[in-house]
Amino acid sequence: MFPSRFRYEAPHSLDEAISLLSGGDDVKVLAGGQSLVPMMKLRFASPEMLVDINNVPGLAYHRADPDGSLRIGALCRHADLEHSDLLKGSQPTMAAAAPLVADPLVRNRGTLVGSLCHADPQGDWASVMLALGGSVIAQGPNGRRAIPLAGFVTGPFENTLAHDEIAVEAVVPPAQGARSGGYLKLERRVGDFATVGTAVAIEMSGNTVIRAGIALTGVGGSTIGATEAAAALTGKPLTAGSIAEAADLAAGAAQPRTDHRGSAEYKRHMVRVFVSRILGGSLAAATAERAA
Amino acid sequence: MTAQALDEIKIGGLGSSRKRVEDDRFIRGKGNYTDDIVLPGMLHMEILRSPLPHARIKSIDTSKAWAVPGVHLVLTGEMMATRNLAWMPTLSYDTQAVLATDKVRFQGQEVACVIADDPYIAKDACELIEVDYEPLPVIVNPWQGLEPGAPVIRDDKEGQAGNVIYNWEVGDKAGTDRAFEQADLISKLELHYPRSHPSPIECCGSVADFNRATQKLTVYMTTQAPHIIRAAVAMVAELPEQMIRIVSPDIGGGFGNKVPVYPGYVCSILASILLERPVKWIEDKTGNLISTGFARDIYLKGEMALRKDGKILGVRMHTDADHGAFFSDAQPSKFKIGLMHSAFAAYDIPAAHLTARGVYTNKAPGGVAYRCSFRVTEAMFFQERMMQAAADDLGIDQAAFRRMNFVRDDDFPHRTPFGFLTDSGQYAKCLDVGLAAIDYEKFREEQAQARKRGRLLGLGISTMTEPLGAGNSREYDILGIKMFDSAELKVHMTGKAILRTGAKTQGQGHETTWAQIVAHELGIPAVDVTVEEGDTDTAPFGMGTYASRSTPVAGAAVAMVARKIRAKARKLAAHLLEVSEEDIEWELGRFYVRSSPERGASIQECAMAAYSNMPDGMEPGLENTAYYDPPNLTWPFAVYIVTVEVDPETGVWDVLRMVAVDDCGVRINPMIVEGQIMGGLTEAYAMSSMQFITFDADGNCVGSNYMDYLLPSAWETPGYELHSEVVTPCPHHPIGAKGIGECAAVGGPAAFVNAVMDALSDSGVRNIDMPVLPDRVWEAITYRRDVSGAPPVRQD
Amino acid sequence: MTMVYDDLGDEAAEEVPVCRIRFTINGAKKVAEIEPRLLLADLIRRGVGLTGTHRGCDTTNCGACTVLVDGVAIKSCTMLAVQVDGREVTTVEGLATASELHPIQEGFKQEHGLQCGFCTPGMMLAAKALLDRNPDPTEEDVRWALSGNLCRCTGYQNIVKSVLWAAEKLRAEA
Repeated sequence: MFPSRFRYEAPHSLDEAISLLSGGDDVKVLAGGQSLVPMMKLRFASPEMLVDINNVPGLAYHRADPDGSLRIGALCRHADLEHSDLLKGSQPTMAAAAPLVADPLVRNRGTLVGSLCHADPQGDWASVMLALGGSVIAQGPNGRRAIPLAGFVTGPFENTLAHDEIAVEAVVPPAQGARSGGYLKLERRVGDFATVGTAVAIEMSGNTVIRAGIALTGVGGSTIGATEAAAALTGKPLTAGSIAEAADLAAGAAQPRTDHRGSAEYKRHMVRVFVSRILGGSLAAATAERAA
Repeated sequence: MTAQALDEIKIGGLGSSRKRVEDDRFIRGKGNYTDDIVLPGMLHMEILRSPLPHARIKSIDTSKAWAVPGVHLVLTGEMMATRNLAWMPTLSYDTQAVLATDKVRFQGQEVACVIADDPYIAKDACELIEVDYEPLPVIVNPWQGLEPGAPVIRDDKEGQAGNVIYNWEVGDKAGTDRAFEQADLISKLELHYPRSHPSPIECCGSVADFNRATQKLTVYMTTQAPHIIRAAVAMVAELPEQMIRIVSPDIGGGFGNKVPVYPGYVCSILASILLERPVKWIEDKTGNLISTGFARDIYLKGEMALRKDGKILGVRMHTDADHGAFFSDAQPSKFKIGLMHSAFAAYDIPAAHLTARGVYTNKAPGGVAYRCSFRVTEAMFFQERMMQAAADDLGIDQAAFRRMNFVRDDDFPHRTPFGFLTDSGQYAKCLDVGLAAIDYEKFREEQAQARKRGRLLGLGISTMTEPLGAGNSREYDILGIKMFDSAELKVHMTGKAILRTGAKTQGQGHETTWAQIVAHELGIPAVDVTVEEGDTDTAPFGMGTYASRSTPVAGAAVAMVARKIRAKARKLAAHLLEVSEEDIEWELGRFYVRSSPERGASIQECAMAAYSNMPDGMEPGLENTAYYDPPNLTWPFAVYIVTVEVDPETGVWDVLRMVAVDDCGVRINPMIVEGQIMGGLTEAYAMSSMQFITFDADGNCVGSNYMDYLLPSAWETPGYELHSEVVTPCPHHPIGAKGIGECAAVGGPAAFVNAVMDALSDSGVRNIDMPVLPDRVWEAITYRRDVSGAPPVRQD
Repeated sequence: MTMVYDDLGDEAAEEVPVCRIRFTINGAKKVAEIEPRLLLADLIRRGVGLTGTHRGCDTTNCGACTVLVDGVAIKSCTMLAVQVDGREVTTVEGLATASELHPIQEGFKQEHGLQCGFCTPGMMLAAKALLDRNPDPTEEDVRWALSGNLCRCTGYQNIVKSVLWAAEKLRAEA
């Protein structure tokens, strides 16, 4: 219910924050705190120091760059993304996921970048960013580097950031085609962890899928990239047949466990259903558009 | 009635939906909940809980905890034992560990506590207590405990040979057997009503303050029954009652969770006595869910003997109750399984027999709680699930089957086969209202059409009458104390009044509604009547508020004390008007002379006269107390109808409509009554859809925090259509009212479950245990089999 | 100002990190010297002494602790008190003026939106944040905005009516 003791710093610049991180081993960055503080309250995490970056200016943005990439700053809150016209207009997978993260109050504080760094196997954004081929931009004493999501998480609550690096931004690469897709989450109520979540992000050129990404939440020890399923869609027209194949392959990529949320078989089945429904929606939209 | 009679609604009498008095402080954030209480010198207590469900305690080392700066006291079971406080009696004649001594018997059990300057420090120190446990085999359901060679959980009890707590039976076995011999068809049903938890948002807590100078112990605490606590503390601490003051301030929801005596209260009291300082203990949500009075966790099976035209000839039921590690139910002592035998009271069934068994397991103690009216939730859930199964087996329409078996309006008073006496109701009319509201025929047509297109719509009915208002002194007592209740009314000389009762509101609005009864009886505007509850120094002795007993019992006491006052006021009026009492008539707010009605005396004038102009020989003052021993329970009746759509691919179901028809007799404040119904329906929805506590094979509790114990939010919760057209007053209650607080939680769950089962009727599935989760629905549809939810939960 | 503490010794005092913060709460300016681990809910309840903000759970689910920080509704049990340095906090006690209730408070009374009252302060502040952003919400909007605040007593239907009552009054007054 109450965290154990820790020291606290609230720097006003990234450089200051980074140098504070270098100062010790057991230092954690505090952004939204909606994942870290609950863990500390239950004493599952007891860092020696917290570096609070909420006072560092210039990190609350999300924007589309001229090259078409989408950049999300470290202090961009889930709520900013939920209410974002930019996302609604150009990022269907992200726009579908944003309202489903936690609950409205947690969304007011929690951040997308923080959520990625927290690396909870049941985190929604990790699947979305993985499906979109996103990266995390880390800044350390030696400068910046981009870490693709696929290699960013090494295990439950573990990422590849060096101890003196801060994740300052998440990037979604520019689309080559027309974006389509979505995020479906089986939760028993708002704020519940996902029993199953699926992120599907495709890009179409005409009727052909030129890029695809599918990632799964809550059906394994960490976020699962269903790469075979995505590959099965790519370079082909989007049809009921290709959708069924991708859904099956995605279900096969899942590694769910039977627990109080359901049997492994059910969860695998739900992956299939969700992937089918998202892609079915894409197909229907594309068909309608061509007819119009 | 003269032109000077007051308008009952205008003065806030019966039937007025006056706004609530309580709201004024709550909306300003000026409630006074237990955790809001701050006393000078107050210390804070934190409890260390066992991580293991069943283990021998080899040693406890508290030295590091003692060494933390700011720690004043560390209590262990051993220290409690030297004061004979390591164990305490329960409300069911068992004993319960306060702090564990020999073993821990459930995950989360209290092992030690730390009292420190600050709750953060107390928590720090708790973490430094080292306990050496030797794990023992774990029992997570009654069946494991009944196997030969199973460990005896209560090896502390002399003579306890296994894990059975009690065997009990009621009804007519021979008559029931005969009924079954004559049956054309026998329907059977078996199900598990999962462990649930009342989980009010506010957790339990106490601020204990022992004053060495005055030798008086004051305890502010979250209790629905302050006088029961005072009695228990008097017994355990061997202090006289008048030196114990229990104050139940504002309570953030009770629902039965705040009736039992919890170890935390006892430890905080002892700590205050030892340290001579106030000690505050506020548990966290995990502590509340993992250790305090849970609800349900009972295995129900039964059979119904049926004639082929649909008449029910007899019912057999057997229940196995999982009580956890200590039998600590708060329930009438004569009934081991509470009022489970009120099942089927709405139906005219000639014979019935019920057997019940209670078993210890390695889980938190309890079983009776959560808007359950003493196990009536379980009884009515089984009843309506059984009715659904029987109607299906017979091939008779669900509504018609119920209607043909209802007790008829002219059959009252009616003795049920289990010995209850139901006294009033218009069951068929309520059913008519409900079916019309849901557009029953039309829905059945829509359902059939939808099925052709692969859409699964379902409709579920639940009808029931339940006994509320425990209870008459012949049959009802808790630890021997009869279950009457009380009201004390003092009318001041200006005609304003203060009313105190032995009940204790936790959101039911007593401060608003009891004043309405006084307004009804005496014509004093409700706004002039202040209501206080919860302080044993000032409140008359009562048995508290739970099991929907307050309107039936305390409310009756309010009416009776007001009538005593009115009787005295009549004498004063006669004196003022210089006539004899026989010439006096009463109308709302005044007495008048029958032969010249313009001559009268208002109740306020009578009040003034009680202090300034009494007739010879009359004691001054206008105050009185009434203790009310109800002649019978009250019997509200309800019809709940739910329609749903089930997504066959995912198992997810959504509520389309929810209609509730509640006949609870006279409604004191219709707005408040509706609020109670909607709250109960939401509990029903929660239990049927998502909310439960279970255990894995190692005895770990799943559902000990709000991440796993799911309460629906405003987003999931359906809307409700409430009907109040049918009003059958209670024939024995002074104002014709019946209880209502729990009806919807009692009757509601079956409506939701029956609706989903109805949607699945083509799957040949008989039962899916609650909560009817999407994965269970999918399994039922896909494999065409029943789905049980009993622990241990399946895990890879 | 006079504060007296138990003297637990210099060693003990050294181990405790202390931060000094300045913040505004319901319009009143405050200074506090607190441990970084102190949760905002505890700063409000025990530090400032405003007990209208309630603690309900330990996993950031129930929302009984909801307050506004710089106008944004957040769960005060999951924010460190030090994080309101330089910021404005609004609690339930700051809703009414000296002479008048806020329409949201009136709405909850008019429409019987509370029973035990424990979730109510959090509900009202979450509702205020909604109405500040969307003065004309639908029922669905209200249910969605309040989906982080749990209630056990009311079943939410009257809470929704209370918020819609307040929305209408605020629009009429605007």
